[in-house]
Amino acid sequence: MITWAEFKEIFVNGTWRQNSSLVQMLGMCPLLAMTTSLVNGAMLSLATIFVMGSSGFVVALLRNFIPYEIRIPVFILVAAALVTVVDLGMNAYMHSMYNILGIFIPLIITNCIVLARIEAFAAKNGPLQSLFDGAFMGVGMLWTLSLLGAIREFIGAGTFLSGIEAVIPDLHHYQVLPADYPGFLVSILPPGAFIVLACMVAAKNWYEAKAAERANRKPPEPLATAGCH
Amino acid sequence: MPMVKEPTATGMAARTSVILFVFVIVFTAVLAGVFALTAPAIKESAAIEEMRMIKEVLPQALYDNDLLQDTLVLTATPELGEDDESKVYRARLAGEPSALVLEAVAPDGYSGRIRMLIAVRASGEVVGVRITQHKETPGLGDYIDPKKDKNKTRPWITQFDTLSFDKLAEKEWKVKKDGGHFDSNAGATVTPRAVIKAVKKALKYANENRDRLFASNEAK
Repeated sequence: MITWAEFKEIFVNGTWRQNSSLVQMLGMCPLLAMTTSLVNGAMLSLATIFVMGSSGFVVALLRNFIPYEIRIPVFILVAAALVTVVDLGMNAYMHSMYNILGIFIPLIITNCIVLARIEAFAAKNGPLQSLFDGAFMGVGMLWTLSLLGAIREFIGAGTFLSGIEAVIPDLHHYQVLPADYPGFLVSILPPGAFIVLACMVAAKNWYEAKAAERANRKPPEPLATAGCH
Repeated sequence: MPMVKEPTATGMAARTSVILFVFVIVFTAVLAGVFALTAPAIKESAAIEEMRMIKEVLPQALYDNDLLQDTLVLTATPELGEDDESKVYRARLAGEPSALVLEAVAPDGYSGRIRMLIAVRASGEVVGVRITQHKETPGLGDYIDPKKDKNKTRPWITQFDTLSFDKLAEKEWKVKKDGGHFDSNAGATVTPRAVIKAVKKALKYANENRDRLFASNEAK
């Protein structure tokens, strides 16, 4: 079972302290490709929450049967199988949802955050903890990628929420800057993602340092990353 | 014989491979099961999806047959820009030929191929055109897709509706910038040029092959 303290710890780790995009710097490929707008970034994250929660849960259930030497192939097997199950299930029973998320689901398996969390967390913890760890890592990704997408979209095209029509038909996007805004292509292209992400990382580190200064303690050491992108 | 406590290398290798094998079998079985379970529903969704696309170019009033059953598979047809097989749906009204729905490709879009669906009446008149797949620049060339077109009352792609070679001479099938009939947005003329050319070629192909396409008995 899971205690309240554990739950809180997992929540804070996933959404802020070990944020997959700002701290662990994992899953950079889908991040570059998909955060051209807020809606795209949010949709990719939603699909990831789904896959990470379920893959964490299943691996944690099976963790005592997986020999250490072959854990990586087994983890990949489990994650790939679950992504395919999610893909098929969504295609069959939630087709309108699949039309929106469909292209993002196969991308998730290329996202090494899934494997990283299985290896770092689900292989050593209980099923419930792993389910929440996966889901909250995804939630951390959700707010980060949404913000990143919103900034890139605003600078690049001057719009807010473009593409929302495909998700919620009643809503429509907003032209924030004047309609004759020429756009700023770099922001939409992959380098724009790195530049904006770097600014976000700097902002987070600055905030942490300020907070540490106020509390009169040392700023937190950056956490080691798993070394895959 | 004394009991061996330490596993030998061979023993370890055998044990792990058996475990890995069991995992592979179990998860393959899970996948096969899920695939079999979802296959009918997926097929149904795909058919609905296909029909939804067709309905965008062809109003219900123009056919009373099952379009998804009355199809032809064409081998590579350069007139349609296809270097692979393409599908033709044959719309009939009370058994009489009513319209053809063709898949076509504009190979010379600004960034790659533009796939589209074109409905042509038996009289040689375009009913409608819809882009099904493209990689044109977002916010610049993607107005060929009515969902992305800022002009919601009269999207760019609807300029083709009801046109025929009788109403608009073949040499007029160009953007205004090139001395033709069609509007285009400033700054993005490569995309509409490619689409117009592809529609023109497909319409010509439909006109010339109409009787053969309707008569063919290779329907699935």
